[in-house]
Amino acid sequence: MSTNTSTAVAETPQRRRRRGNSFTAKDRAVIGGLVGFPTALHILLVWIPAILTITLSFCEWDGIGGIADIKWVGFRNYTQIFTLYADFGPALRNNILWLLALALVATPLGVILAYFIDKELKGTKFYQTAFYLPMVLSLAVTGIVWDYIFRNNGFVNAMLGADHPGHTISWFGDPHKNIWVVLGIASWRHIGYIMLLYLAGLKSVDPSLREAAAIDGAKEFATFRKVIFPSLRPVNVIIIVVTVIESLRAFDLVYVINRGKNGLQVLAVAVYENILGESARIGWGAALATILFVLCIGPIMLYLYQTFKADK
Amino acid sequence: MVTGKSSKVGARIAATILFVFSLVWLFPIFWTLLQSLRPYGDVLKHGSVSWPQHLNLQNYWTALVQSEMWKFFINSVEVAVPAVFITLFLASMVAFVVSRYSFKFNIALLMIFTAGNLLPPQLIFIPIFRLYLNIWVPGWINENNVLYDTQLGLVLINVAVQVGFATFVLSNYLKTIPKEISESALVDGASVWQHYYRVMLPLLRPALASLGVLMTTWIYNDFFWSVVLLKTGAKRPITAALSNLQGEFFTDYNLLAAGAVLAFIPTLVVFFTLRKQFVAGLTIGSTKG
Repeated sequence: MSTNTSTAVAETPQRRRRRGNSFTAKDRAVIGGLVGFPTALHILLVWIPAILTITLSFCEWDGIGGIADIKWVGFRNYTQIFTLYADFGPALRNNILWLLALALVATPLGVILAYFIDKELKGTKFYQTAFYLPMVLSLAVTGIVWDYIFRNNGFVNAMLGADHPGHTISWFGDPHKNIWVVLGIASWRHIGYIMLLYLAGLKSVDPSLREAAAIDGAKEFATFRKVIFPSLRPVNVIIIVVTVIESLRAFDLVYVINRGKNGLQVLAVAVYENILGESARIGWGAALATILFVLCIGPIMLYLYQTFKADK
Repeated sequence: MVTGKSSKVGARIAATILFVFSLVWLFPIFWTLLQSLRPYGDVLKHGSVSWPQHLNLQNYWTALVQSEMWKFFINSVEVAVPAVFITLFLASMVAFVVSRYSFKFNIALLMIFTAGNLLPPQLIFIPIFRLYLNIWVPGWINENNVLYDTQLGLVLINVAVQVGFATFVLSNYLKTIPKEISESALVDGASVWQHYYRVMLPLLRPALASLGVLMTTWIYNDFFWSVVLLKTGAKRPITAALSNLQGEFFTDYNLLAAGAVLAFIPTLVVFFTLRKQFVAGLTIGSTKG
């Protein structure tokens, strides 16, 4: 956008001068207010807290005393988390599993379903609605809805004949099983989201691209891989970013199911536990949050690069 | 022709896969709906997987009126409506300036807003929590005189986070509106404020509608901020209150099912009536070339 304005302005110098002169003191104040107030709010409540958290991750603070009680301890919180904090290993492992499940199973499935739906077969509207629905449900409701399927006397156990007391399969209680069930539920939601984003991308593909490939006699899969997929680079980047960020942010679902314990530890819950939980240690919580942030930096930079490279 | 035949077979396979998947997708929601219509006693006697003997709306009545769930819906409205309006208003102002005037800081500013929206909420919640405990508010907002444990605090944080995304989307949208419209407004001698309020804001209406639908759903569905910034259970919006009701309804799962259905009905209504806007809201930001 600013590329457009600046070139337009450069072509017509008189207009630039006139516009430049037409800023009255009042106009300038209005522009300052229009930009200044929202920016101040955003920076004050998002960026400054983010910087403070990163700083706190190198400090020790009991949180009860004043700010004067904050002591600089260097990397001690980090070394303690790696060596002493028992939930860190499982939490990190689960976040990585989450990422792998969404990236290797849910996201490709969403893309494939979008591709099928783009063919506009009979009943397309119905299919779209079915896949979009989980997305409008909150994760809190999602947890409850799936509980009816996987609870001890729920649908799955009844189908397996395992719903009698003493013979039940504990899908949410067994720490070896529950993470897989949760990943399935997360995928249920993620697939529709990816499908929606990808479908919008597919609709924007120039039809002549496909026709040209078809005339060349390219097979359907080859057309997708060599022509359509590369032309959707912006959507592909967004899908990667959404997938990584969603898997790192995972909180609501495990919190609703069992407060993120017993096999369902994730980093976001670990942060929460160290700030508001019984074993509160602010330094550890801040360090965990910073680790989460470091893992997010890559996709955030990728997204910014993709989005703003044209404007530079 | 070989290709014609194989693509027909391909279409049939695609249709079959889509059909099976969509049934699997809908089943959990259908199942919860069925549970919510069955009395607990019926399930207790015959098991949760059994042919329903009675179907009625008793659970809904109990959840909404006896358990006073309606109060939590009001809480949700009190948070989501102001948060969405303020977010859209603030975001439209920034988007207007960065897309209509070329200042050096434009791109840097947009980057700050865009990246800010992508930060994990856990990264910002520790200082926010401390800050809220130390900000004074009048007694009629909170009898404890702090911003923590108030819906006002919830509105503020939702605005601060969402304004990032909204600014990004709206500035993308404004790029598609021809510059000539602004030029003619300037020739007519419009002030900056008139240019924004009279000329640009009306043109932004479709994008504001889409974004508004999407953000209402997001803020209504928010769980994390309500859990960490509210202490009093009675102040919680419905989405966060459900996890409390889960404990309260512990013995009556069918009642909880009715509660869950009640909680997602508003989002379903929004989705079915404003689906175009919902989808547009999600994709305005994502499909720009």
